[in-house]
Amino acid sequence: MANDTNSFRTPIGRARGLGSAKTGAQAWLGFRIAAAALAVLTILFIILVISLVGAPYEQVVATFKQPCPVILTVLFLGFLFHHAAYGMQEVYEDYIHGKLAKLFAIGATKLVALALFLAGAFAVLKIAFGA
Amino acid sequence: MTDTPAAKRQRPLSPHLQVYRLPLPALTSIAHRITGVGLTVGTLLLVWWLVAAAAGPEAYATASGFIASPIGLLLMFGWTAALWYHLLNGLRHLIWDGAKMLTLEQSYSSAKLVIGGAVVATVVTWVVAFAV
Repeated sequence: MANDTNSFRTPIGRARGLGSAKTGAQAWLGFRIAAAALAVLTILFIILVISLVGAPYEQVVATFKQPCPVILTVLFLGFLFHHAAYGMQEVYEDYIHGKLAKLFAIGATKLVALALFLAGAFAVLKIAFGA
Repeated sequence: MTDTPAAKRQRPLSPHLQVYRLPLPALTSIAHRITGVGLTVGTLLLVWWLVAAAAGPEAYATASGFIASPIGLLLMFGWTAALWYHLLNGLRHLIWDGAKMLTLEQSYSSAKLVIGGAVVATVVTWVVAFAV
């Protein structure tokens, strides 16, 4: 508080004690790099899915016993759910105004996204390593 | 100054969303969010498909049967269109984040490019999916 009279912060601003989170630029840039990676992974995953349209069960299982489709799918799911949770967070931050409701919505979405990622990744790995 | 209470005075209004026709760049902006939320919900179908494949032939038959039903196909078509739109408009946002193509005219032309690209990509995806 050495510079109280010269500080640009308002008294209410000082009292609230809120400020930069310090990691905003990293979060912003990281999301965009991950989004670019997701765009590439999405196109590859669409090609994989198209190759399985109308395929019998045995062919689907045989596909997910090969390394490349499994790695692609797990990577895709990881980037997809990270992107979805972050994107939903931005929407909540704009439209939900209660502090607690906002925190709850963001937390619940992250939890569901993590659970869905684990379910999808586990399913693919189960096929890959299954008998 | 005046006797009318503050709430009754005529104040300038911001664009009223129910009567204000959104310009194209604004439409692409809100559509990006709507398709993003829709795609997020749609991941449920994707995870169901993968879990069903891991669970066994009967579960897989149920899941792929639903996807091949008229409702399933409609959902898949909507999901494909939303995916291509969100992907292409996302690339548009990445270009903007690099401080390129930021003039008003360019925002209109890139909006048309994204919409046209999404339509073409969606049609191509479905033609390829059923022809190959």
